[in-house]
Amino acid sequence: MFSLILSTTARAIMPLTLVFSVYLLMRGHNAPGGGFVGGLIAAVAFAIASLADGVATARRALVVDPRRLMAVGLALALASGFGGVAAGQPFLTGQWAEVMVPVVGKIGTPLVFDVGVYLAVLGVSLTMLFALSEED
Amino acid sequence: MASLLVLPIVTPLGTAVLALFLWRHRRAQQAVSLLGAAALLAWAVALLLSVSRDGIQATAIGNWPAPFGITLVADLLSAMMVTLAAIVGAAVAVYSVATIDARRESFGYHPIFHVLLAGVCGAFLTGDLFNLYVWFEVLLISSFVLMGLGGERGQLEGSVKYVTLNLLSSALFLAAVGVLYGTVGTLNMADLAVALQDPRVDSRLTLAIALLLLVAFGIKAAMFPVFAWLPASYHTPPAAVAAVFAGLLTKVGVYALVRVFTLIFTHDTGVTHGLILVLSGLTMVSGVLGAAAQGEFRRVLSFHIISQIGYMLMGLGLYTRLALAGTVFYLTHHIIVKTNLFLVSGIVHRLKGTLDLASLGGLYRTRPILALLFLVPALSLAGLPPLSGFWAKLLLVQAGLEAESYSIVVVALVVSLLTLYSMTKLWTEAFWKAAPDAAEAPLSAGEWRGLLLPVAALALLTVVLGLGVEPVLALSLRAAEQLLNPAEYIRVVLGGRP
Amino acid sequence: MDTLLAVLIGALYAAGLYLMMRRSIVRLIFGLVILGHAVNLLIFAAGRLTRAHPPIVPEGAAALVPPYADPLPQALILTAIVIGFGLQAFALVLFRQAHRVSGAEDLDAMRTTDSH
Repeated sequence: MFSLILSTTARAIMPLTLVFSVYLLMRGHNAPGGGFVGGLIAAVAFAIASLADGVATARRALVVDPRRLMAVGLALALASGFGGVAAGQPFLTGQWAEVMVPVVGKIGTPLVFDVGVYLAVLGVSLTMLFALSEED
Repeated sequence: MASLLVLPIVTPLGTAVLALFLWRHRRAQQAVSLLGAAALLAWAVALLLSVSRDGIQATAIGNWPAPFGITLVADLLSAMMVTLAAIVGAAVAVYSVATIDARRESFGYHPIFHVLLAGVCGAFLTGDLFNLYVWFEVLLISSFVLMGLGGERGQLEGSVKYVTLNLLSSALFLAAVGVLYGTVGTLNMADLAVALQDPRVDSRLTLAIALLLLVAFGIKAAMFPVFAWLPASYHTPPAAVAAVFAGLLTKVGVYALVRVFTLIFTHDTGVTHGLILVLSGLTMVSGVLGAAAQGEFRRVLSFHIISQIGYMLMGLGLYTRLALAGTVFYLTHHIIVKTNLFLVSGIVHRLKGTLDLASLGGLYRTRPILALLFLVPALSLAGLPPLSGFWAKLLLVQAGLEAESYSIVVVALVVSLLTLYSMTKLWTEAFWKAAPDAAEAPLSAGEWRGLLLPVAALALLTVVLGLGVEPVLALSLRAAEQLLNPAEYIRVVLGGRP
Repeated sequence: MDTLLAVLIGALYAAGLYLMMRRSIVRLIFGLVILGHAVNLLIFAAGRLTRAHPPIVPEGAAALVPPYADPLPQALILTAIVIGFGLQAFALVLFRQAHRVSGAEDLDAMRTTDSH
């Protein structure tokens, strides 16, 4: 069922939702937020798009296959754990570079981990959601 | 070597990620899966050797010291279990390449299989109760997917029961964790062992939590009376999946029971361990009687998992050095043998297209090697000397006599006899009697080799374990020693803190 | 407040288990979801209910200023919610598939492989 109101609103909401999800991801280390919520909010953006304009449109908007996102996310999260090992500390020990990047803040392996979680959550949710809605 | 503790978890996860990237390339996925399984086996053996040489090891994940952060700990039991998981993982990875169809592979069979292995290894290595819950869920959700993958009717119906009962068990586990944290304010298992010694802790509350965990892990381990989900589901997925489930998943539940009831809840052994002993006898009997009533190859085997779980719990219930060594040895023997029997059942199904005992037969004439390879694990399961099952049962019976628990010894011996009856039934029906329908699916020589290789390797391991029993027996006794005297475990985890 | 929460948790447990024991597959799902909520609230209640600051060290201070809330139960619940979300989403997909393949809404009808 196509609804002009929903479709127009969805298009307006989508960029806002995505920016908000990245905002949550970035502030997550010391404030409420983080990779998981960010990933879920990003998934919501595509879920609304799939409701308004169909799954095919949502898939096009995502550009990459959600399963690929899942793989990249898991790989990032796993790789971030080796930062500690490389520095001679236990697995997953946070390593920070002492540079401040504007907007993002301090750069370190926990951020890489969170970005990995963000992508993995987005990938998993969308894989399930698309599979469910494409059935009928 | 701290990184040895992380590798058995990270390797299968990394393998899964790599296989995910190769989503569309079947051959590459298979190669990655085999390599990952081989690497896991190598790390696991290295870990076992290292723990056996240098004693218990621990590493704090993220460098957050225990009891605040999550600790990975490997004592001998953990290291042995990881090694067994790796052996099963390697055997089933080879078998999967030969048997899993392209459709299941395209839905991500290989990555999920390795996530399952990561979950199992994580559960064996963690030293934190909540982290144990997380690993349980990791292995559960991957087992759910493997169970349902393929979408055949029987499989889905089996999955519904499997998923429901396991979710219930997880809810109970989580509730126990919550109440435990509310009571003593820690979830690190070594720290819990210390904290619960405090006389100010209400012992009735401790007992309630212990029983809640007994039920939660009991469901996972398929203990009496909460085993019904197992025979309702284990015969439905493909043989490779069923084999890894039969070999490893219930044993994770047994491991959790052993860990919790040797490290944390040892104040009121009269009640808790006495109850476990009674339940172990009932588990043995109900499993073996259930098996006697079945007429399908894999359902017979499924019921035998239950009765075998009873033997492992018997050692925990007796709670002596010899009995715990019996449990450890039994775990070792059972994981190898049970995986092998399910793999054999898969070959039988591949050849005859059915596992209904009435319509099977004649396989001894057409495939004598397969018949012999079935006999080794089957007779070992029944406990015939000199195979591994004989020694496992001998240890437990000896421990029972030493503890003067004669009734459980009688039960164990009778159940052992009934197991022999069951295995003889499988032998006559599937292999010996003349086939009602002589037709057999054709197999290419390469396919035959791929199917037989893991089965033969596991059978060889069973024989070696039986004939050269000394080293593993010594290892089991040392593992039992560590379980019975957790002071060393606690010291290593908490780093000298009292 | 503790009593009220205890009653609520008990009611959720009862409702969840009751729904799980019905034969309908839809009620089974609802039962599982409600049971999950009951457990999360139980952890919350077991971790003590307090009116306190968030456990964040204030700017310029060296340690936490009491009274502060224990962050761990909340972290446990958060993790449990995340895991529960994944499991329930999967269970939903699975049960829907089982319903489509077997055409039954009644759990008692799902026993085609139990006949042996």
